[in-house]
Amino acid sequence: MTISKPATLLYLDGVSVSFDGFKALNSLSFVVEPGELRAIIGPNGAGKTTMMDIITGKTRPDSGEVFFEGQIDLTKKDEAEIAQLGIGRKFQKPTVFESHTVWDNLELALNRKRGVFATLFYRLSSQDRARIEEILATVRLTSRASDLAANLSHGQKQWLEIGMLLAQEPKLLLVDEPVAGMTDSETVETAILLKEIAKTRSVVVVEHDMGFIRDLGVKVTCLAEGSVLAEGSIDFVSADQRVIENYLGR
Amino acid sequence: MQAGVRGFQCTPASFKLVTSMTIRTAILTLCLLLQAAFAQAQTDLRSSVDALGQGKFADVEAAITVLAKTGDPKAVPVLEALAAGDLYTRKSDARVFMTRAAGDDVILIDPITGVEDATAPKASVQKIRVNNTVRRAVRTALGGLTLLSPERQTRLAAAQSVLMAPSGEVLDLVETALATEKDADVRRVMEEARAASLLKSDRSTDEKKQAIETIRQRGDRDALGILSSALGSVDETLRPDVERAIAGIEERQALWNAGQNVWYGISLGSVLLLAAIGLAVTFGVMGIINMAHGEMVMLGAYTTFVVQDVIRTRYPDMFEWSLAIALPLAFLFTAFIGLVIERGVIRFLYGRPLETLLATWGLSLILQQAVRSLFGPTNREVGNPTWMSGAFELGGLTITWNRLWIVVFSLSVFLALLAVLKRSSFGLQMRAVTQNRRMASSMGIRTPYVDAATFALGSGIAGMAGVALSQIDNVSPNLGQSYIIDSFMVVVFGGVGNLWGTLVGAFSLGILNKFLEPYAGAVLGKIFVLVLIILFIQKRPRGLFALKGRAVDA
Amino acid sequence: MITAFLLRALDRNILIAIAALLIVAALVPVLNLLVPPTSPFHIPTYIVSLMGKYLTYAMLALALDLVWGFCGILSLGHAAFFALGGYAMGMYLARQIGARGTYGNALLPDFMVFLNWKELPWYWTGFDHFWFAALMVLAVPGLLAFVFGWFAFRSRVTGVYLSIITQAMTYALLLAFFRNEMGFGGNNGLTDFKDILGFNIQAGGTRNALFAATAVALAFSLLVASGIVRSKFGKVLVGVRDAESRTRFLGYRVENIKLFTFTVSAMMAGVAGALYVPQVGIINPGEFAPANSIEVVIWTAVGGRGTLIGPIIGAVLVNFGKSVFTAAFPEFWLFALGGLFVAVTLFLPKGIVGTWRQMRARRRETARMTAASPQAAE
Repeated sequence: MTISKPATLLYLDGVSVSFDGFKALNSLSFVVEPGELRAIIGPNGAGKTTMMDIITGKTRPDSGEVFFEGQIDLTKKDEAEIAQLGIGRKFQKPTVFESHTVWDNLELALNRKRGVFATLFYRLSSQDRARIEEILATVRLTSRASDLAANLSHGQKQWLEIGMLLAQEPKLLLVDEPVAGMTDSETVETAILLKEIAKTRSVVVVEHDMGFIRDLGVKVTCLAEGSVLAEGSIDFVSADQRVIENYLGR
Repeated sequence: MQAGVRGFQCTPASFKLVTSMTIRTAILTLCLLLQAAFAQAQTDLRSSVDALGQGKFADVEAAITVLAKTGDPKAVPVLEALAAGDLYTRKSDARVFMTRAAGDDVILIDPITGVEDATAPKASVQKIRVNNTVRRAVRTALGGLTLLSPERQTRLAAAQSVLMAPSGEVLDLVETALATEKDADVRRVMEEARAASLLKSDRSTDEKKQAIETIRQRGDRDALGILSSALGSVDETLRPDVERAIAGIEERQALWNAGQNVWYGISLGSVLLLAAIGLAVTFGVMGIINMAHGEMVMLGAYTTFVVQDVIRTRYPDMFEWSLAIALPLAFLFTAFIGLVIERGVIRFLYGRPLETLLATWGLSLILQQAVRSLFGPTNREVGNPTWMSGAFELGGLTITWNRLWIVVFSLSVFLALLAVLKRSSFGLQMRAVTQNRRMASSMGIRTPYVDAATFALGSGIAGMAGVALSQIDNVSPNLGQSYIIDSFMVVVFGGVGNLWGTLVGAFSLGILNKFLEPYAGAVLGKIFVLVLIILFIQKRPRGLFALKGRAVDA
Repeated sequence: MITAFLLRALDRNILIAIAALLIVAALVPVLNLLVPPTSPFHIPTYIVSLMGKYLTYAMLALALDLVWGFCGILSLGHAAFFALGGYAMGMYLARQIGARGTYGNALLPDFMVFLNWKELPWYWTGFDHFWFAALMVLAVPGLLAFVFGWFAFRSRVTGVYLSIITQAMTYALLLAFFRNEMGFGGNNGLTDFKDILGFNIQAGGTRNALFAATAVALAFSLLVASGIVRSKFGKVLVGVRDAESRTRFLGYRVENIKLFTFTVSAMMAGVAGALYVPQVGIINPGEFAPANSIEVVIWTAVGGRGTLIGPIIGAVLVNFGKSVFTAAFPEFWLFALGGLFVAVTLFLPKGIVGTWRQMRARRRETARMTAASPQAAE
């Protein structure tokens, strides 16, 4: 690693994890700078989702270092702590609270005190109200604020989830396949939305859709068999012989 | 004396067999001689028997000892009659008789020959009273007397009875018998009987030391009893030897006890395994929470009851085969019920485990009440065929046949199931469906068919378990309820979706339970195991043999 | 803050339910005590106690709804908390018997005299006082729920696994309370109560007071439960139920949320048990039977889980049905109950109240659509 740890937002070094003998991550090293938008590609089973699990505290690595903002050891924290530190995560399958309204979904996601008693006696302040309305506008769901999340279309649920992550005000956003199952126009809009979001924070996007990644126009990391295969611009990576063999296909 | 008996018996046969005059004469002479000796013995015996009717208990005891020393088997019925309180003294001449009631009078019977004598008024005879000391003396004497019997079984029993009630008086007899004994088993017991008797006699200290060693080697509870009673009677110099021997035996006993506990644990484990194995299919493989599982076991047990009932009334000779007949019937019947439940209720609830739990609980209530209405609320009697009854000894272990068969049966069911899952095409389809339903279905596997068949298989196994459990448990409508929580514990403890986990889980819980019982009692032991499992699940929420990785979330 | 919390609890339905409970609390004693027995409006005393029993069951179902309906924790051991609350009250009542027991021993309850015990075990101290017993009614179930939940939720035991170990918990307690050595009366439990707070427990006035107290306690529980589910905490609770990992990744400590709810619910169940015991006059280990806990689940399911009012209706309906059935055709009750389990899960998964609300919402939707369509046509 040529980059010094303190300057990074996210720092993974030599991370390995295996399930029942299957090595999901094999000495993975990976760095995200503050304010960076990064795309990750790779074939199925390359370890993309496992990497996200490790960053967000869902899985503990067998070995290796995971640091946030240079000095916070993420391997010692659980999901809730990591989320409170400012790492948001969007799942592959849109995961929103279906039996709550769009508004309530965002209210729950707001970065406020999350303790038992704080939530029991919480009252919506005008400040919070304004913030939720702002996010609703950003994710283009203002007109559907009082609808149940269950009644949204697939693409709208994806956006609602992104909106919830914004409400969380994370420093780092991990987004897993945001455009899977979206129409072309939705895909384009999502790319715009993510670029907008990346202006104020770091974002890591996992995606299969090469067109979408080209739209983003950012640094790309290709994973295969649990470690980094190549890293660089989309053109550089897609020209790499091993990437072609492992992922893009000949 | 033995010669006398033989001679008496051989005489008539000898006349027919032997043709030569000289030989005949010679034999005749011999027979006469023997008969003379026999007559002599007869009188001796008679007077010894009559001595039984004289004096106090101590005198009776002495007379018994004299009788025993004669070594004459003829004395056996006399002593038996004495112990049974059937021996009387004729007041007129103090002769001893057995009696048989004949109206107001009694018929006197010669106790030695068994020949009926005169009839006499009841008042003319007096019963010979016996107390426990006398009875013990009789037992010892009998033991000694039958030691020379030509029957192996009788000799063995005699040696054992001497061993149980050793005394210095029979020692000579035991040694005589030992000198001619050929059978190894009988010899061993006789040696021990000799040793036990020797400790009570006034032989030398060295011989006694050897005797202690002989008994120590026997090493069971009886040996412990002999040695502890000897502890009081031997002289000071021998005490340390006896104590050391006792300690040695106790140590060995403790070891055997531990072994017995392991066996009990294995036995309980096999019962748990039987109850849980069907659940391992429905819950473990399919993820269906079947709270009516216990009722499937119960139905299997009732199938056994019905089969035996039909056999008893129609074909009583077939009783030995009742379990073999009940087994496939129980499998088919419960599998059918399972099929109906799966098609009728459960298939509408896939992916909703908590609702499945509630619906199957409802079904369990219905099945219980149905059986209660049909067969009544009380226990029904299910018999054990002879090959399931009784017990045998293995070293210091007592093993009952029914428990042994159940261990064997549970393991065979387990292996058979394993084979079905791993080797048959149905097993392959089943695993395919449970791992990826949509993929399996798109590959042409009829998933609803596989679901139904799998559930039926699990239920059928539960039914077979019921046949086995009917042999050791009460067959009542509540039978299933007592197993359901334990079965779930086994499956959860072992790890859901892993048959080997179920096996290990069942046996480890069984053995743990039985090892806790002596210290905590049965109920507290069980509570302890439950708490332990609750704590264990906290530590490893997915059991001993858990699946890891992404598959878990799917 | 608390006032705001409770005010928010009062939506229209809850308000109606609470008002109805308070009216019943006042009306039933009037109809029992003041209306002459000849009048058709008179309620006999045994009916008052029976209704009181139903209301304690309703409270237990409400407690279960809080954890199951809103948080997705299907507890199959809630009757254990109910029974523990009941035992705490039973111990107080047993101490009030004093020297009036069969053995006339003022120091020890009858069963201890029978077991040849010489002195009161340490854990019986304090139960002479009502305030202490009342405290224990909350503390014992609450503590058990807290300790159990602490371990279970922390290690993320969820779904059916949690259900099974809650069942194991109540089963273990059942076995434990059956033991004479435990000092809770073994098989027979605690019974033959005489007084409560100095009033004769058999007297009509006391029975009416107990009934009224139960109705008021239920109304208050409903208020608290509603306050919880209508707060932001309640929304988080539903979030945990529907998408646990999403809630976690939003930064909520799911284990604390579950633990709080589970403990509150257990305490509510404990209070219900404490009100149950003086009205039925006995508490024994049978209350810990796993079957009891599962029955509570069906009351909740019949009424409609996640609706708060539904479980109350469900508990009263099912138990009324049970009383009628077991009197008329006792052998068919289990068929009926079993059938109810199957029918509700298959055909009425949302329960009575849930289905009714759904139908009303759909009607409103159609009404709006039909109202909107002519304008669209213009």
